[in-house]
Amino acid sequence: MIDIDWAALGSVFGVSLVATVALVGLFTLGIVGLSKQEAATTQGGSAPLARTGAYACFALCAAAVAYGIFLIVS
Amino acid sequence: MEHITLLLAIVIVTALVFDFTNGFHDTANAMATTISTGAMKPKAAVAMSAVLNLVGAFLSVEVAKTISSGLVREDGIQPEVIFAALVGAILWNLLTWLVGLPSSSSHALMGGLIGATIASIGVSGVNGGVVVTKVLIPAVAAPLVAGIAAFLAARLTYKLGKNVGEQSSAKGYKAGQIASAGLVSLAHGTNDAQKTMGIITLALVAGGALAPGSNPPVWVIVSAGLAIALGTYLGGWRIIRTMGKGLTDLQPQQGFAAQTSAAAVILASSNLGFSLSTTHSCSGAVMGSGLGRKGGVVRWSTATRMFVAWGLTLPAAGLVAAGAEFVARQGGWGIAAVAVFLVASCLAIWVISRRQVVDHNNVNEADAPAAAASADAGVPADTEPAGVVTTAIAAVTPPPTGVSGTATATATATAEAGEDAEPSIPAQAGAAADSTRPAGATV
Repeated sequence: MIDIDWAALGSVFGVSLVATVALVGLFTLGIVGLSKQEAATTQGGSAPLARTGAYACFALCAAAVAYGIFLIVS
Repeated sequence: MEHITLLLAIVIVTALVFDFTNGFHDTANAMATTISTGAMKPKAAVAMSAVLNLVGAFLSVEVAKTISSGLVREDGIQPEVIFAALVGAILWNLLTWLVGLPSSSSHALMGGLIGATIASIGVSGVNGGVVVTKVLIPAVAAPLVAGIAAFLAARLTYKLGKNVGEQSSAKGYKAGQIASAGLVSLAHGTNDAQKTMGIITLALVAGGALAPGSNPPVWVIVSAGLAIALGTYLGGWRIIRTMGKGLTDLQPQQGFAAQTSAAAVILASSNLGFSLSTTHSCSGAVMGSGLGRKGGVVRWSTATRMFVAWGLTLPAAGLVAAGAEFVARQGGWGIAAVAVFLVASCLAIWVISRRQVVDHNNVNEADAPAAAASADAGVPADTEPAGVVTTAIAAVTPPPTGVSGTATATATATAEAGEDAEPSIPAQAGAAADSTRPAGATV
């Protein structure tokens, strides 16, 4: 009997979509923050907010990678 | 180990060979975008992928209890059937590698098992419903899911990051790509090396060398892990080139979006109970991210050849496996004949591949075999029609293409068009003459 688990397919689609877009978005924000900090440094200043934000974004991405490894191992 | 018969030994070796082809066939999934965008040097990329595959092989805590996920009846399966299935899968893997097309190793194995089972005990041994739910639907769904996610992600990262400085952008996307490619490699090692362990264990049980339900012995785990890692390190450069350069032109932003989408889809699918093929997901992600950049294009001629290969995977591997099973069933000489046939075919494919070598040195150049093929098939290009030669070049030559690729494409297309013109660059003449041959064999 052909029994397609549409719910599972739908959740795979939803989770993949949200996770990909969220992670890529976060990571890009991190890069934007670093870029701002870089621009500020070349002008002799510093952009603490941008830098902190950037590190927060990268930390979240790292957490996601760690969760991915956890999923692979478990 | 004195219980291991000659047949069993052959099956085990064949399983390891399959594992090896699986490794080099699927390197592209993890590393094609990383290599083509220059985030890692080709050799370093495959080395990292190989190590992570090896680590992944040892990480798996759950033993693959079934090799076909209910596709065929596995109780009382004979070692010859497994052997025949592996022969079909290996040959399909090598053939698709020769023409540089990514295709699913798991599907090749499933096709082999279906063909061998049908030849062995008839159609009743195959669960038709499972073929649809586990093979056909996922094959359509995987590239769509991964492609849409990668498309949106690429859009987003271009939008958010349009004012980013050159240096931060280069550094950032490089790190991001490496991280997501690493995840894909690790997941591949756990899933696919485990598959080989499952096959060998099943064969050992079927041959009576191991008690039913037992875990794979340590030597099985070690050899399966090593075989897949070695294959990965060798690198299926032809497939890497198609995936990284042939399907579309990738910038680091797109490579990152594609690889992240592939990793997300693979992990989500294996944890949410709807298994999607790694190869299909990665190819879809690459195409999606290709469309996600303004002015980005997907070379549909290459994509179409890839889709055709996907469609042919199951029947082709199945037919070869059925033939192999039919011969192997005849007894000792039959198995020997199939083994000789396998070795001879592998050698022949390898010899043909040497005519036009693709390795880590030219992996990022234009896709010459694709040039020959689209000229051969007369696939229309995206640009305005302007004679078969120009069209063929336009179809396959991306703007930032290396000179040698263009020259090869020119020479090939010229030869295909039956004109007498000499190739403009003598050094390319040999390659051009050769690349007409794979075109004939192309699906």
